Amino acid sequence: MLTLTCPYCGVQAEETELAPGGEAHLKRIGPAGTAEEFEGYLFARKNIKGVHFERWRHAYGCGKWFLAARDTQTMQVFGTYRAQTPHATDDIVGNARQARPEWVPDWPQASEAVVG
Amino acid sequence: MAEALAQIAPVEGLGMITIRADLSRAAEAIAEAAGLSVPDMTRIATDGSRALGWMSPDELLLILPVAERDDAITVLTDALAGEHALVADVSDARMVFDVTGPHADDVIGKLMPVDLANLPPDGLRRSRAAQTAAALWRIPGGFRLIGFRSTADYLRLILENAAIPGSQLAPR
Amino acid sequence: MSHTPPFRLSKGGRLIDRAYQLAFRFDGRHLRGVQGDTLASALLANGQMLMGRSFKYHRPRGPLASGAEEPNALFGLGQAGRFEPNQRASTTALVPGMVLRSQNCWPSLDADMGAINNWLSPLLPAGFYYKTFIHPRPFWKHVFEPIIRRSAGLGRAPVDPDPDRYEQAYAFADTVVVGGGIAGLTAARDAADKGGRVIVLEQNPVWGGRTPTDHDGGQAAIDALLADLRGRDTVTLRRNCMATGLYDHGYLLARETLADHDPNQGIPRQRLWRIRAGHVITATGALERPLSFACNDVPGVMLASAVRDFITDYGVAPGQRIVVVTNNDDAYRTALTAQRAGLEVVAVIDARLRPAGDLPQAVRAANIPVMTGKAIAKVKGGPHVEGVALCDQAGDGRVTGTLDCDVVAMSGGWSPVVHLYSHCGGKLIWDEAEAMFRPDPDRPPLGADGQGMATVAGAANGDLRCAGDLERTEGAPMPVWVMPQRAPYRLRAKMWLDFQNDVKVTDVELAAREGYASVEHAKRYTTLGMATDQGKVSNINGLAILSAALDQPIQATGTTTFRPPYSPLTLGTIAAEARGDAFQPLRKTPMHDWHARNGAAFEPVGHWRRPYSYPRGGEDRHAAVTREILAVRNGVGTLDASTLGKIVVKGPDAGRFLDMMYTNMMSTLPVGKCRYGLMCNENGFLMDDGVVARLSDDTWLCHTTTGGADRIHGHMEDWLQCEWWDWQVYTANLTEQYAQIAVAGPRARELLQRLPGTIDLGQQALPFMTWAEGDLAGIRARVYRISFSGELSYEIAVPANRGLELWEKLHDLGRDLGVTPYGTEAMHVMRAEKGFVMIGDETDGTVIPQDLGLDWAISKKKADYIGKRAQARSFMRDGGRWQLVGLESLDGRVLPDGAYAVEPGVNANGQRKTQGRVTSSYHSPTLERPIAMGLVRHGPARMGQVLEFPMPSGEVMKARIVDPVFYDKEGARVNG
Repeated sequence: MLTLTCPYCGVQAEETELAPGGEAHLKRIGPAGTAEEFEGYLFARKNIKGVHFERWRHAYGCGKWFLAARDTQTMQVFGTYRAQTPHATDDIVGNARQARPEWVPDWPQASEAVVG
Repeated sequence: MAEALAQIAPVEGLGMITIRADLSRAAEAIAEAAGLSVPDMTRIATDGSRALGWMSPDELLLILPVAERDDAITVLTDALAGEHALVADVSDARMVFDVTGPHADDVIGKLMPVDLANLPPDGLRRSRAAQTAAALWRIPGGFRLIGFRSTADYLRLILENAAIPGSQLAPR
Repeated sequence: MSHTPPFRLSKGGRLIDRAYQLAFRFDGRHLRGVQGDTLASALLANGQMLMGRSFKYHRPRGPLASGAEEPNALFGLGQAGRFEPNQRASTTALVPGMVLRSQNCWPSLDADMGAINNWLSPLLPAGFYYKTFIHPRPFWKHVFEPIIRRSAGLGRAPVDPDPDRYEQAYAFADTVVVGGGIAGLTAARDAADKGGRVIVLEQNPVWGGRTPTDHDGGQAAIDALLADLRGRDTVTLRRNCMATGLYDHGYLLARETLADHDPNQGIPRQRLWRIRAGHVITATGALERPLSFACNDVPGVMLASAVRDFITDYGVAPGQRIVVVTNNDDAYRTALTAQRAGLEVVAVIDARLRPAGDLPQAVRAANIPVMTGKAIAKVKGGPHVEGVALCDQAGDGRVTGTLDCDVVAMSGGWSPVVHLYSHCGGKLIWDEAEAMFRPDPDRPPLGADGQGMATVAGAANGDLRCAGDLERTEGAPMPVWVMPQRAPYRLRAKMWLDFQNDVKVTDVELAAREGYASVEHAKRYTTLGMATDQGKVSNINGLAILSAALDQPIQATGTTTFRPPYSPLTLGTIAAEARGDAFQPLRKTPMHDWHARNGAAFEPVGHWRRPYSYPRGGEDRHAAVTREILAVRNGVGTLDASTLGKIVVKGPDAGRFLDMMYTNMMSTLPVGKCRYGLMCNENGFLMDDGVVARLSDDTWLCHTTTGGADRIHGHMEDWLQCEWWDWQVYTANLTEQYAQIAVAGPRARELLQRLPGTIDLGQQALPFMTWAEGDLAGIRARVYRISFSGELSYEIAVPANRGLELWEKLHDLGRDLGVTPYGTEAMHVMRAEKGFVMIGDETDGTVIPQDLGLDWAISKKKADYIGKRAQARSFMRDGGRWQLVGLESLDGRVLPDGAYAVEPGVNANGQRKTQGRVTSSYHSPTLERPIAMGLVRHGPARMGQVLEFPMPSGEVMKARIVDPVFYDKEGARVNG
């Protein structure tokens, strides 16, 4: 059973105090989206074995949604961060790369800043 | 028969007011209206009859004698008139229990996944008690626990069960 | 050679107190043990070596071990609600008055008819069931299955509810040490020296593990460590507490027995600890392995360590003439112990050619014959050991001599207890020198920080000489997987690996021959390690046999997966406080007790309990529903609507936000008005509905369904926090702050106007779909003119603490009007009479509002709302969707809820095609006929057509498609 530190209140919460919310950093597709875009938004999930970004709500605590970077195989937690963050922070990316050197962030800014 | 691990006493006569606001902007106004300084993250400020608890980054809970509630709501609402804020009376939505006695820690330790040894004297912890949401903080001789009104009977039952005589957690 | 008294030795027994005699019953016989006995030692002290029957062949079984690994000595324990099957004699403390029953035998343990399977054993090889019961097919249901079911399962399941109390508790520590032997206590001291909180868990009632039993200075060494640890504030020592599993992020479960089998203490029987450990040190010791020689399962063949435990710890002689057979030095201790206790040690048979350690030398010096390079060819005896036939270990079993004895103490070496280390991903390596799997320190289970969260100490780490000076120099063992080495089939077919499930060496070899090369497959094919000891005794021996049969190294074969719990947990500890009245948090409204006093029949709605109806006199609950509906339709009734969700949404962007949440336009709702709103998820499916009231310029109050309050509040917060976090909106879930009472019926206004107050309830001042607030009967109230029954109706919200007061006042003042409390079922029927949909009846997570004819509640002007894009998907718009209609039964009977309407023709599988289903169906007391709603393909365009609904009986019911509004189509009644 996982423990995650809520980045809003600092509480190290156990899984029973949290509610899971699936994959993080999905971009909402509204009425203007094409069928393909909308399908991707609704249904296509990475289902990663390895570095994974996911949503959690501190449901039995401060009630805030936050994001966690976690290794789905080893359960290592690379960090938790606020839900309003567009991408995992550089230190989290660094932690993930240290554990999984072969992993590369799939957003361009991070690749430059952290991966070099 | 040995005594229960702790006394489980419902607390009546408390008013509670939820305040949602940008605490970085409105802290001073709230403090003045509430009559208490705004607590740090996961802390509760008390002055005897009133307490102001940090519930979330944009939420506080003011606890006070119910007789002072209506005035406090007015004062808070006025103080926050220029802010984007929400002040709501939640006095009737809650149930409060005091858990006191030599083994109050044990009673809480059976129901809540909380490391009490690391709960500061002015700490406020929101978590769950068995299957229902609850928050607690320290009072002299034990803890004050708040939960939802609808589950008051459940909360009381699990607290009393956890306190049955002879069931203290100390190794035997 | 027979099994002869005295069984209890005249002296010795470090764990027992002979002054306290304890009476107990075993299969109806009255026996006595002493304080400190386990069931196993007490039975042995009474000369009872036969303690069970094996599962498959019903062979007689005596105790094999003295700890958690015991596979044979399992009993049904206790009576009535406290009866528990499969209780391990070796780890269950004797309690006065205990009642034990033997298992898996009929009519008795001594004369068991099932033992006929033993004679049939050549016909019952591994995989027998898989191969045999396939054909002929009809035989399975009528012949094989009933027989197999009768003989399946070990022990009987208890029938009565368990009257004992259980609990759980949370604990947090920097270091948790599992195992209170010398390695664990030493590790605990070292951890405590480094700082932080330390918890030490010991499964047994006594500290020390094997050290006090095996070493003269052992107890003193343990006592010194305990004294040190007890002097530290940071250390918690907890005995009778077995760690059962290690999970992600240092989560450790441990079961503490407080009053096991001793209900008189009045405290919880067991407690499950939920421990969060920064680091776990497993010091769980090692388990001795049996040796595989022919008839190694005859009662009286025991592990060498168990023999000396019974002698040293309990003062019990398992027999009078003992043969020790071993491949290692440790078993020589048993010879010395037995001799010291005054028992005859016939010989030590050592498979090794030149054992030369201190222990063999001490045994020789004690004039005990030591026979080297030798093996047991076969154990003689049926229900009890009578002797052994000897042979050369290197040979094929040719008998070179015999020895008379009544106990064989065997040792095939030791296997570290690696369970906890393995539960969460720690890996093992095969240690060739010591012939054992031990934890690989380079591949530990990982914690949240990616570092190893467990380390291993002592024998559990493969350090079998961890008692330090006490263990002197022990020679290396010699791997012995079958005895003798070249044993022929007839001997191998009598060598037991799994004693409980009757898996023999030849069974594993057969599995290998038949292609079950994976250890996991071989396990399931043979049932090796699937007994209640979960392979503690059999696992390593079995996979060594499998490796030999596959001609590969043991490391290549690997082990089966170690899964928690280490030893079985009773379900009571897992349920803990969640039973009886505390099974779930029942949510009660402020008027709950009034409902109960007035005879309400409650129904669960989420965790709430709501009155279904209020039967009176001799009424059943359905008759009450009819009466309640007629009372509302013709007079006035009250419904406790407090459970409806009430979420306040406030802020400069609240209107814009609600326009996204609801399919309707909420931003244009004038202050003082109400609007029925629909909420969809991003899939476009209807997920909740309710009335929204605009309280002020920047504040709305959103009602949700009873089950939806928390979910919808969470849904709103999700979108606010994660998508539109720059919008200025605050929400608060005020569901429980208010009691809400629906007052409905043509005389609702008349009743309410009897209450003093400041609110004008007249049609002009408070028309339909408006709200007002003020004082009502001295209570601050908000009154909504909304209706779910179709009648003139008000919903009144007051602070929860005043809810009962208002409710009672309405009933006092309305007595002459016949004011009637009505329940959820009356509400359901009345809304169906009006054709109103109910979330969960007309919706099932695949229904969009358009399917329900609710297009009028979907804004055409809005560019976006949650679900809008999904509702534009092609199959949401095509004409083939099932849509809401009314259904009128042709024969006057009520259609079954959920019945399917079929089309002509069949699909590719010969099944009927469906074209719709019944979603709500009731007898309408108002109309005095059945009414129903359903979803039907092209339904609204097919008014008047008749559909066929086949019943499970084969009968077909028919119904006509009609308008779903059955009552008051023009909607006149809502204004009274």
